[in-house]
Amino acid sequence: MLNYLLLILLAIVTLFAAMAANFAVDAAFQIHAIIVVLAAGATFFYLLRHTNDPPKPKDTGYLDGVVRAGVIATAFWGLAGFAVGTFIAFQLAFPLLNFEFLQGYGNFGRLRPLHTSAVIFAFGGNALIATSFYIVQRTCAARLWGGNLSWFVFWGYQLFIVLAATGYLMGVTQSKEYAEPEWYVDIWLTIVWLSYLAVFMGTLIKRKEPHIYVANWFFLAFIVTIAMLHVVNNLSLPVSIFGSKSVQVFSGVQDALVQWWYGHNAVGFFLTAGFLGMMYYFVPKQAERPIYSYRLSIIHFWALIFLYIWAGPHHLHYTALPDWAQILGMAFSVVLWMPSWGGMINGLMTLSGAWDKLRTDPVLRIMVVSIGFYGMSTFEGPMMAIRAVNSLSHYTDWTIGHVHSGALGWNGMITFGALYFLVPKLWNRERLYSLSMVSWHFWLATIGIVLYASSMWVTGIMEGLMWREVDAQGFLVNSFADTVAAKFPMYVVRATGGVMYLTGAIVMCINLWKTVTSTPAKASGPVAVPAE
Amino acid sequence: MSKQDQNKNNEPPTTGHEWDGIREYDNPLPRWWLWTFYATIVWAIGFTIAYPAWPMLKGATPGLLGYSSRADVADDIQSFVDANAQVDTRLASVELSAISDDPELKNYALNGGKAVFATWCAQCHGAGANGIKAGSGFPNLIDDDWLWGGKIEDIHATISNGIRDEANDDTRYSEMPKFGEFLEPGEIGQLVQFVRLLSNQDNDATKAAAGKELFAENCSACHGDTGKGDRDQGAPDLTDAIWLYGGDSETLTATITNARFGVMPAWAGRLSESQIRQVATYVHDQGGGE
Repeated sequence: MLNYLLLILLAIVTLFAAMAANFAVDAAFQIHAIIVVLAAGATFFYLLRHTNDPPKPKDTGYLDGVVRAGVIATAFWGLAGFAVGTFIAFQLAFPLLNFEFLQGYGNFGRLRPLHTSAVIFAFGGNALIATSFYIVQRTCAARLWGGNLSWFVFWGYQLFIVLAATGYLMGVTQSKEYAEPEWYVDIWLTIVWLSYLAVFMGTLIKRKEPHIYVANWFFLAFIVTIAMLHVVNNLSLPVSIFGSKSVQVFSGVQDALVQWWYGHNAVGFFLTAGFLGMMYYFVPKQAERPIYSYRLSIIHFWALIFLYIWAGPHHLHYTALPDWAQILGMAFSVVLWMPSWGGMINGLMTLSGAWDKLRTDPVLRIMVVSIGFYGMSTFEGPMMAIRAVNSLSHYTDWTIGHVHSGALGWNGMITFGALYFLVPKLWNRERLYSLSMVSWHFWLATIGIVLYASSMWVTGIMEGLMWREVDAQGFLVNSFADTVAAKFPMYVVRATGGVMYLTGAIVMCINLWKTVTSTPAKASGPVAVPAE
Repeated sequence: MSKQDQNKNNEPPTTGHEWDGIREYDNPLPRWWLWTFYATIVWAIGFTIAYPAWPMLKGATPGLLGYSSRADVADDIQSFVDANAQVDTRLASVELSAISDDPELKNYALNGGKAVFATWCAQCHGAGANGIKAGSGFPNLIDDDWLWGGKIEDIHATISNGIRDEANDDTRYSEMPKFGEFLEPGEIGQLVQFVRLLSNQDNDATKAAAGKELFAENCSACHGDTGKGDRDQGAPDLTDAIWLYGGDSETLTATITNARFGVMPAWAGRLSESQIRQVATYVHDQGGGE
């Protein structure tokens, strides 16, 4: 019965998308409508062909197929995002790489949102969805709720990524950083995200464990808050129902504040809370040690959740935003320091009594370094939120360095650790293909991040000082072009760091591939039964 | 669920929960963490009392220190304005030619002019005032080839009123006709060769000879009989090796056929008289000033 309803729904979506392709007022919208026709149509035929299949015996084990798909998607989008990032780093150092034949599609302005969205939403998002599906099943001892709804979340999210990425290249953007996709892609993501929330909540509700594990608190906070942020920041009116352009509901400084309330909490809840959920499962599992302090996890969870949401105005220091909002945002940002560090302490101290494992286990080493970078970025963040510091750092490459020490160091490394943990388990392999390749990955990535972050500190502070330099009579000393010219050597160093990080990720993907294809299977069957 | 296993091997107690083999110690909060957290909270309360912070029904709390970032910036700017007031007034009122003889005025004008140039002029003329690159159409200001004159008075007038700025009545104005509308392509080709002859470049001698007469009829009124140009009309000197758009045959053909119409905005009204004099002095001092 459900299948028939789905078939009707898919047929309607396909038909409407075909009409939209026909009546489209701009080419980008037309291409997107055609992509939707193909996706909905393909799903329609897939369902149709399987509608009269005999009912399968009810699955009782964990639903791991969608996690396996998520692991593959994470690795794929990670490589794509890192490659684009490395390329645009070279474009900044050598503007000739903005090739004439790529103008309008492959110049820095079009590729930059492609890079940020690919790494944050495609790589990070797939990692979060896959690991949360894995972790919530294990720590609740329950199969994912909602049957194939988790598969809808996976494929729906990939469709969102394809629509967003192709849109960037064609210039479809509402010009809000990290919220570039236009109204129809936003609506689609809302549907997918609420389905994700339903799967996660449903699994939590039917859990067999008496308590909810701390990792799941963080995942739930991340899913709920991102839904709220996404909806409010993307409130807009489409100019035409058959066109890609829309007009924002908020304007002026209100729009800026809503945007950075969103932007900062995308960092806070997507890249911090969500990834802390990963950390809270994979670090104790890999170290085989208990979590250091339950009390610390409670206090730092609630403090983090409460404080993060107020810190957004620090992105708008010394702008049209009223002073009081700037001061308040700065105060909350500084108070946020210790709650952020609670996660670092709990992660690092979990290793006490197991420090010797760092010598023999490169996967654990990757996780520890990720926690180290987490601690560094969450100290740097509150510091840069201080208005006096921000007056120097704002608009400079220091910000880019800060973001990347967090993104490459914390989000990237903890995800790599999770992938190394998950692949042998999900494909039922005895072990990873090569630990020395993991070590290579570790060093390539770590040195790459250090090159990236330190070159951006140097160039950021340098350009901040050059911009504000005035002579004894109060006249500006440097032109903007002078600062651009002075940054060149640091741009080359940064791009080199990117090459190393990308190389490390390629080594990882080869290692994971060989783990699946040429490592002996584990003797006993898959541990895919909810433990009681 | 595992039972509460206490102090096995001197380990701290766990909470007794277990998920997929993960247990939790019941360690207390690290003291240094807790006290640092408290300290930041106390600081935040004090900070938000001292500075404007808490939104009320109407406006926000002003803070005990009466801080305002706008007032801060205004004070900062005012302190420099006050310090420079005397020399600034003098700069705006003396004879232009007197500036370079007065060390105090000249020093002030050069420093200020450099900043004005970096902010407003460098986008077209390049950070080094060399016109970004040859053939860009933006004049190089450090050579001694001037379209409208290189005396301080000329430079001052050009900056104040702009070039071909239709919003300014005193702007420098001249317009070369589009010769593609009057002459045959063959004739333009002859002119091109003659202009190359004028500037001592390779040329087709027969065509150049034919172009000589065409030049006298069509071009010499502005560019002069010898092609040396005329600064009263902003007509470029065609005999030197300096080209605004390019001296190759292709570019010359395009220039003669379609003409050029370079524009610079008038800066009077956008910059103060003192700032215009500063940047005029700076440009004059770059090497080409007459």
